[in-house]
Amino acid sequence: MKPMKKTDICTIENSKIILNNKIIFETQTENFSDFAKEAYKSLELNYPKFHKMDSLSKLAFLASEMILKDEDHNRTALVFANRSSSLDTDFKYQESINSQENYFPSPAVFVYTLPNICVGEISIKHKMQTENAFFVLGEFDEQFLNDYSEQILQSGKADKVLCGWVELYQDNYNAFVYLLTL
Amino acid sequence: MKREIYITDYNCITPLGFDVPSNWNALLKGKSGVALHKIIENQKPFYASMIDSEKLENEFNRIFDSAQNDNMVFTRLEKMFLLSLKPLVERHVISDETAFILSTTKGNISLLKNQTILPEGAFLSSLAQKIADFFGFKTKPLVVSNACVSGVMAIAVAKNMIQAGKYKDAFVIAGDEISEFVISGFNSFQAIGTEICKPYDKTRDGINIGEATAAVYITSHCEEQSDEAISQNEKFSFKVLGDSSINDANHISGPSRTGDGLFASIQNAMIEANVPTEKIDFISAHGTATIYNDEMEAIAFNRMELQNVPLNSMKGYYGHCLGASGLLESIISMESARNNMLIPSKNFEETGTSQPLNIIKENQPAEIKYILKTASGFGGCNAAIVLEKC
Repeated sequence: MKPMKKTDICTIENSKIILNNKIIFETQTENFSDFAKEAYKSLELNYPKFHKMDSLSKLAFLASEMILKDEDHNRTALVFANRSSSLDTDFKYQESINSQENYFPSPAVFVYTLPNICVGEISIKHKMQTENAFFVLGEFDEQFLNDYSEQILQSGKADKVLCGWVELYQDNYNAFVYLLTL
Repeated sequence: MKREIYITDYNCITPLGFDVPSNWNALLKGKSGVALHKIIENQKPFYASMIDSEKLENEFNRIFDSAQNDNMVFTRLEKMFLLSLKPLVERHVISDETAFILSTTKGNISLLKNQTILPEGAFLSSLAQKIADFFGFKTKPLVVSNACVSGVMAIAVAKNMIQAGKYKDAFVIAGDEISEFVISGFNSFQAIGTEICKPYDKTRDGINIGEATAAVYITSHCEEQSDEAISQNEKFSFKVLGDSSINDANHISGPSRTGDGLFASIQNAMIEANVPTEKIDFISAHGTATIYNDEMEAIAFNRMELQNVPLNSMKGYYGHCLGASGLLESIISMESARNNMLIPSKNFEETGTSQPLNIIKENQPAEIKYILKTASGFGGCNAAIVLEKC
């Protein structure tokens, strides 16, 4: 069996976006939603749907966008994982239904109470009708992500896998996303 | 040559029964778990398939003696999980090469109510670890959380990781509970039906939410098993031949109009299974009874030329059990094959999709060898697996 190659790596943490060891965006802003807004502007992403996404989707989207660019990805699978699932949005949604007097459940928020929605957002942006999976793990486990991605590549179900860890709860966030090929 | 992967045991906890035989007997009689329930204070009741909490509590106390769980407090959902898994753990050995895979969408989401900080139990990995520790699993639990396709995908994950040589066998459990969180959310989408749901029917008007847990044992060393190891259970096995989960890349909350993702998932799963369309004996479909989902499925099945294969949706019996539905429905489809009996898609009367499907209308004896199980969900996800009765 051919070994896998890791071709591109993007990390997002501490108000920085780093692509292949090069800082491509940096700010003093610590709060995630302002950080994401500034990054979107600075990187000229030009995708208005971005503003409707929840924080987890924004994080996964930003990291993926750096790697996927405008290339053809109709044979690239998506395999993501994190620890906090969609709890950031779950908590916000729960606040909208906690009190009988202030009861405003919103479908626009509810739809993001699933962690795999971020994978859907990336798929839509790049028209990727490809294999996709989302896992929730107790801690970052690169070996597992690589093992799962490798069997997708070996089975011929995809030519590349964009895989990674996209963890976010409130202003604590950390993305480590990379592209694998055989 | 890929190693063969077998499902050799299963169990489920649903409103229709706390084991597979009681569920099967209830289904043969056409019973539904769906009824009107008051779920949200000051709001009208909703049709939902709900487990009686008192019955669940009694069953839990009967099965688990107090000495065993004295120091631990379990949520209602955790009790459902423990009950579904217990008989399997008794019949199959957990080794350090045994995977533990849990499928859920919302886990213990009810714990969030009126909290100011996140309770530890709300983390899906904590939930999985708690169940894993209780039964003494040695590997790190994997949680599959891919909306409504999670349960089908969990079988695929077990198959693929065993085939890749990472594990020898796997216990897969799936579960979701009815909560104010989920009911209010689907209600905000105006997706909840006004009566017991009617998948694929002309008058369908939305889903019923359901709750259940299900468990299956998946192994690559079926032939090595001694008869004693499975003596408590009737010997059976199903091969997991192929799987695929393709995204629609169309919309995060609406199904594709062309059925692209489901079509591709079925196509890929059948290619991997090396089973042509004419060999599929039965389709256990998703059929949520929303206008758009059922229409999308009809289009995808027709594109695959599967429109003449007998098909049902279990949602009229169990509602939509979210992360549990795919695993529960896979179990029932295997039970159908074991009993050589197709069961009807409950509440279907008149075709309500633009393209025809062969929807099962009554209990119907049939030889079932190859099963196609599908699911679709929010985020544009779809999943398909092909099973073979051995």
